[in-house]
Amino acid sequence: MKVGIIRFPGSNCDRDVFHALQLAGGHPDYVWWNQKDLSNFDGLVIPGGFSYGDYLRAGAIAAITPVIEGIKEVVNDGKPVLGICNGAQILAEVGLVPGVFTLNQKAQFICEWVELEVKTNRTPFTSLYQKNEIIKMPIAHAEGRYYTEYIDTLHDQDQIVLGFQGDNPNGSMEAITGVCDEDGLVCAVMPHPERASEPILGSDDGLKFFKGMINY
Amino acid sequence: MKYHAKVEISLKKGMLNPEASTIQRALALLDYQVEDTSTMETIKFSLEAENPDVAQKQVVEMCERLLCNPVIHDYQIQINPAGD
Repeated sequence: MKVGIIRFPGSNCDRDVFHALQLAGGHPDYVWWNQKDLSNFDGLVIPGGFSYGDYLRAGAIAAITPVIEGIKEVVNDGKPVLGICNGAQILAEVGLVPGVFTLNQKAQFICEWVELEVKTNRTPFTSLYQKNEIIKMPIAHAEGRYYTEYIDTLHDQDQIVLGFQGDNPNGSMEAITGVCDEDGLVCAVMPHPERASEPILGSDDGLKFFKGMINY
Repeated sequence: MKYHAKVEISLKKGMLNPEASTIQRALALLDYQVEDTSTMETIKFSLEAENPDVAQKQVVEMCERLLCNPVIHDYQIQINPAGD
């Protein structure tokens, strides 16, 4: 599977995602923010970082760049798209997933390993996990507190992908830290699966995100 | 005609404002007991438009498309002729 990794000025997890996709058996390549035609890719990952310095709001400026048109076309073609951390914030700003990831409850940057519950395995990225499986991955963000006006819809349509297990470090609504669109093909998660993609990193629980994507 | 635009972006009523609560706690450390702390972001710029209504309409568009996130933000716009 040929996977495009979207790069903005300030993206900084692009190489980690490249490595994790290769570990999972995929064929990644980089795409810049000004490329519009992404039709040669079978899926996309928007990696973490601080696109455009997080100016205005995390993800707000990336959300109006030309590559977004290409991402929307890939989504319309029914191909999987994963946003990680800043990538999740960008997908929420674009409106491809519901809600927002905004300033943490305690207004501080949180960087730590967390336990997470896989709330649904209907997305390609979570298809290799059991529903309600507990996995370990790191978070690293200042704007990760999830909020939506439509929480009931999310439950009804099975759009909650990941939840914090135990502590709710950033004060997210219902401890949600990963959501998807109605079809489950666009997925936005604050934790970093690529930073938990091989045992030397402390956990390889995240690798199945990429394996599941590539198997799709 | 040239207009000065001022956009004030605030969180919707009832939204948690961690920045404001941190400031309020910091003021308390200095023995200032204050309540109802809030913060807002101000963005100022000038633009050319035929009249103030056209300018206003353009700035509303900017708010909807980029400057604000409608899920969590309210905004107020002031348009004034440049030179006043």
